[in-house]
Amino acid sequence: MRFMVMIKSDERADSGVMPTEEELTAMGRYNEELVKAGVMLAGEGLHPSAKGARVKFTDGKPTVIDGPFAEAKELIAGFWLLDVKSKEEAIEWVKRVPCTDGAEVNIEIRQVFEADDFGEAFTPELREQDAQLRLAEQNGS
Amino acid sequence: MPTLETHRAIDAVWRIESARLIAGLTRMVHDVGLAEELAQDALVAALEQWPESGVPDNPGAWLMAIAKRRAIDQFRRRETLDRKVTEIGRDLETQELPTAEPDFDAIHSNISDDLLRLVFISCHPVLSTEARVALTLRLLGGLTTEEIARAFLTPEPTIAQRIVRAKKTLAQKKIPFEVPAASELGERLASVLEVVYLVFNEGYSATGGENWMRPALCEDAMRLGRMLAELVPKEPEAHGLIALMEIQASRSRARTAPDGTPVLLNDQDRSRWDQLLIRRGLAALERAAALEQPMGPYVLQAEIAACHGRARTPEDTDWPRIAALYARLVQLVPSPVIELNRAVALSMAFGPEAGLAIVDELTELPSLKSYHLLPSVRGDLLAKLGRRDEARQEFERAASLTRNERERALLMKRAAE
Repeated sequence: MRFMVMIKSDERADSGVMPTEEELTAMGRYNEELVKAGVMLAGEGLHPSAKGARVKFTDGKPTVIDGPFAEAKELIAGFWLLDVKSKEEAIEWVKRVPCTDGAEVNIEIRQVFEADDFGEAFTPELREQDAQLRLAEQNGS
Repeated sequence: MPTLETHRAIDAVWRIESARLIAGLTRMVHDVGLAEELAQDALVAALEQWPESGVPDNPGAWLMAIAKRRAIDQFRRRETLDRKVTEIGRDLETQELPTAEPDFDAIHSNISDDLLRLVFISCHPVLSTEARVALTLRLLGGLTTEEIARAFLTPEPTIAQRIVRAKKTLAQKKIPFEVPAASELGERLASVLEVVYLVFNEGYSATGGENWMRPALCEDAMRLGRMLAELVPKEPEAHGLIALMEIQASRSRARTAPDGTPVLLNDQDRSRWDQLLIRRGLAALERAAALEQPMGPYVLQAEIAACHGRARTPEDTDWPRIAALYARLVQLVPSPVIELNRAVALSMAFGPEAGLAIVDELTELPSLKSYHLLPSVRGDLLAKLGRRDEARQEFERAASLTRNERERALLMKRAAE
């Protein structure tokens, strides 16, 4: 089963302070461990929210709000997509994330829906759309 | 922490740590059977202690420390083995005791080598293929005997026996715990890749029983395959194998209809293919290509799978390329089954007659007499040519030969069309 593991940001990181070389090395090693164990499907770090945007829908109408956003602790700074046997295994891996600078770091673990989990609501037409999107993404990049 | 929750956590720790633990211990005690027993002892200790104490900060190091202590106890009891006690004692002195911080430096310096040695010893040619499969899943996949038995629909005592005998054989024949020399590396690696792919295939197209797929086995094989590609990153075939598995697995959701019947490639709803796995497969193929060596059997098969993975619709499939790849594959691995696949590709590229010519030649071969896919393919080609009666006979024959219930039903349906 797949889990999305999201590491949350904080004021320092979201203001654009880059991680130290030491932190980057530790994270690099950790990622290498995940890859070597065959459990990491994907993983990326994200730019501060100042470089992002939000699209809010009100009564079906989109409004674009540019970053940065308040409540840095609720923002996502990076993610992994793990392929593991159980939620417990995902937790065991996440307990090994190098977080050594003493500050509070929050990491959220969420199981990924598979198309089958949606049951009837995920109609063949929706599936078709979903795949066309993914194909376009694959071939576009 | 409640006991049940702790037990689940211990299962998870075991899955993560057991291979490294057994690999490290085998290097110390020079006996893979004993190493596994020691690791099991450590697991039992964890099951006893962790529900009280909680899971330690560095569970891997905790398990290793316990296992080493047991090793010393055991050797002291067998006083004749003084020499080994000294060796382990020395080993213990030079290694750090567990601290709260995982010591990735120590892991990096030798665990990869030990794991690779464990891979090669588990898949050693002195063992039967069945024994290699069981031992690999047990030692490297972290599966219990019960899990392996369930996966292969085999009674648990049979698997347990198989593992015990395999470990005994390795000890009796004094098989060294080492990475083979360059001169035999190719052949030995082929044996490893074969075992992993066998596990995958057992999950992907179950040879017996009611279900067409056993996804857990596919996942175990893919995890082993990904591990292996990182252990031997300069071997294109290791990347080829994982590419092949990722791309094949990308189709698992589309291979079965809601009622459990299999759906053939060209009838599959491609919107259900897992694009993440396809991308990963293509990336693995790029890594193989970057090594600039001639394509081996797994790379070729993965390239064929990639032709399907890239095609948005069945009509977009590059069949001439697939036929050409099969032609190269059959040169490397002369096999009537591959020739049969080439016939299918040719029929898709250039019409059913082109394929039927090859299939008709194959029907003469005694080795394919009871291979259900031969009449199945022949039936399909005949149906396309409008030769209905001959086609029906072939589908019926195929149905009588398959061992899979779901597949039999599908073939009977085609016979009745």
